[in-house]
Amino acid sequence: MNLMKDRFLLIIFACVVLAAPLIFAPTGAAYPDLLQRFAIYGIFAIGFNILFGLTGYLSFGHAAFLGVGSYSAVWMFKLLSMNIVPALLLSIVVAGVFSLLIGYVSLRRSGIYFSILTLALAQMSYNLAYSVLTPLTNGETGLQLRLDDARVLDAAGDAGSLPSTNFFGLEMKEVFWNPTVFGYDLQFNWGYYVCAILLIASFWISIRIFRSPFGLMLRAVKTNQTRLNYTGISSRPYTLAAFVISGMFAGLAGGLLASMDPLAGAERMQWTVGGEVVLMVVLGGMGTLIGPILGAVFIKYFENIFSKINDGVLHGWFAIMPEWLDNAMVVIISPFVGKGWHLTLGALFMLVVIFLPGGLVDGAKRIGRVITGANRRAAKVGIE
Amino acid sequence: MSKLIMNRRGLLKTGAAVGAGMAMPTILTAAGHAGYTNAPTGSTVTLGFNVPQTGAYADEGADELRAYELAVKHLNGQGDGGMMNTFSSKELKGNGILGKEVAFVTGDTQTKSDAARASAQSMIQKDGAVMITGGSSSGVAIAVQGLCQEAGVIFMAGLTHSNDTTGKDKKANGFRHFFNGYMSAAALAPVLAEMYGTDRTAYHLTADYTWGWTQQESIQAATEAKGWQTAANVLTPLTTTDFSSYVAPVLNSGADVLVLNHYGGNMINSLTSAVQFGLRDKMVNGKNFEIVVPLYSRLMARGAGENVKGIFGSTNWHWSLQDEGSKAFVKSFGEEYGFPPSQAAHTVYCQTLLYADACERAGTHNPCGVAEALEGFTFSGLGNGEVEYRAEDHQCFKDVLVVKGKENPTSEFDLLEVVQVTPRAQVEYAVDHPMFAGGALGACNAGG
Repeated sequence: MNLMKDRFLLIIFACVVLAAPLIFAPTGAAYPDLLQRFAIYGIFAIGFNILFGLTGYLSFGHAAFLGVGSYSAVWMFKLLSMNIVPALLLSIVVAGVFSLLIGYVSLRRSGIYFSILTLALAQMSYNLAYSVLTPLTNGETGLQLRLDDARVLDAAGDAGSLPSTNFFGLEMKEVFWNPTVFGYDLQFNWGYYVCAILLIASFWISIRIFRSPFGLMLRAVKTNQTRLNYTGISSRPYTLAAFVISGMFAGLAGGLLASMDPLAGAERMQWTVGGEVVLMVVLGGMGTLIGPILGAVFIKYFENIFSKINDGVLHGWFAIMPEWLDNAMVVIISPFVGKGWHLTLGALFMLVVIFLPGGLVDGAKRIGRVITGANRRAAKVGIE
Repeated sequence: MSKLIMNRRGLLKTGAAVGAGMAMPTILTAAGHAGYTNAPTGSTVTLGFNVPQTGAYADEGADELRAYELAVKHLNGQGDGGMMNTFSSKELKGNGILGKEVAFVTGDTQTKSDAARASAQSMIQKDGAVMITGGSSSGVAIAVQGLCQEAGVIFMAGLTHSNDTTGKDKKANGFRHFFNGYMSAAALAPVLAEMYGTDRTAYHLTADYTWGWTQQESIQAATEAKGWQTAANVLTPLTTTDFSSYVAPVLNSGADVLVLNHYGGNMINSLTSAVQFGLRDKMVNGKNFEIVVPLYSRLMARGAGENVKGIFGSTNWHWSLQDEGSKAFVKSFGEEYGFPPSQAAHTVYCQTLLYADACERAGTHNPCGVAEALEGFTFSGLGNGEVEYRAEDHQCFKDVLVVKGKENPTSEFDLLEVVQVTPRAQVEYAVDHPMFAGGALGACNAGG
């Protein structure tokens, strides 16, 4: 029964993800770059949720794995081939090894000490990438492709322009279908579908882990680790495994970011990125399957759409109002949009944490309960 | 059981509803297939203004945005036309670009390459921008320039001073009006040698990114050519706000000049630190200790206040210039916003006009046509005298201003005085100069 339910959930999820260019069209978010980001940060958040949602270990250092994944992928594009497969494989492997190292060190402690250790190690990685490892990372400017890179597996292309990242010939940036539906210009892009399929696969892996005995053990760690230890079970192999798995997800996300846009910068490793994924998971609903993805979409939507609303756009909205009211509305609203998008996001985050401790998923459940409850009452009235 | 499924289903629906709830009127511009990316099909043409609105360079970004909006007004025939009247090319009629009204979208680069590229990407894919311009950090400008090259739109660089932007990272679709580190150094070094003598020892504090590196390399080479020595070069992260630990070791190094290869908020903080340490009152090697800031701007001078008095640096342009173009620009900017424009505002205003003019001359918005029209273009009347867009590296060549912090400022904007207008010939360099070598323009990309 459980399996059926999970399959049902997965199928619904897959349908929504695959139809995203259509679903998001009315929101103004249905352009390839942002959809790719939704999917990529969704993968990042799914991985993070396996650690944070299941074991309760709060890591602030996952940005380091994202960054390492990106750097690995770009190096693969520079040296080996513009095909994304070797790049993604290397990202996952390198991030996995790196998270094994960091996890081995920081999982010696739990609670706030663990968080601080991961934060410190990630900040160290950021500073290394920023200055000491400049030959490897190109510092603040970021690692970019160049015309004279080796790319030993690729046939020599057009000398004047950079080759584009591809999956056996399917170019990531190519929009392969460009129909107009309900007046919306839809862009179906190969890059997004690569991300989407990996997102669905990640979601499936996440479901399997949540339902497995391993997942149960991770939940036990979260519920009462001391008790688990007293029963004679060493929890560290489990937490370390969860840490490495989530690190590999982060590496995959980093590799995908670089595959969609071949550039890797040190700021991807900054602690703010690590903090952002925590926000995504908490906002969406930690420990739930779908929550982290909702959170990722929510935050990326704010970052990319809300930050673009300038005074001109606002005037456009209120154009039908009398001029003084138009100006007054713009004055009131403009601090919350455009460059003030952080303010709105912060306020929303506070509201969610205070009133919906379970995140957006919690909110959806409550609404669902109200609706079904109301239905039941209505049904009862009907019977009587 | 079925109730649970309902919940999950309801949940997914809610997820979609949340998205729909945030729906806002957004016009999705058709991608078009007119042979190049975002060919404008309607009655408007969209430009993307991608500037830092948060972070170390936010002041510059805000001033750039003001200038962009002013330029759009002038292009659409509103206002007094500003420098369109003094510009040597007379193609612009105040009826938009090629008869299409100019519309624009703005974005926040956050002074981060990733955010800047995401923002530029959304302008290209969602808003249908046919040209991207902006950037107040060379790292960001180089990253966005690379993106524009791949996407097949023109990038008109804003405030970016690194040699690399038109050096090893130059791109066929990217153009820079602003001057660069090499030019600053070439203009500044003779003045410094004249003022402070030729037997000086310099200590460099350098912002740790592409601009800082190339600026430092340039000024070190130029001053050493004049006989100076270099004691040390210390790299400081761009995000540093407290420079006291970097300034403290300077006095013990035996150096008698401190060169601050910093810009924006960085420079304000490091200069304030250095002055607070009393460096400028010290005598070292029997000479007065001096501070030099290779790249100056009025916004920085205002931020650093009293501390800039008597300090030498270079700028691309200054509002006190008395040629017709500068006067016209200062007048219309001042009437619009109530204060004079910064050099960042000037360069992006010029870039917008230059782009529009190139479209008119080429008769198309096609990036390859526009690029061809810009390459080798010589013009005047935009405040810098005779200027040439060199075809080989897409860098503008023009006179450079050496400036000094004013001793007796008459207003909060009158902070810099022009010491010397260094003629173009003195700051010019060969395309294959070692500081600029290693890159290739490649071929222009029109996307499509």
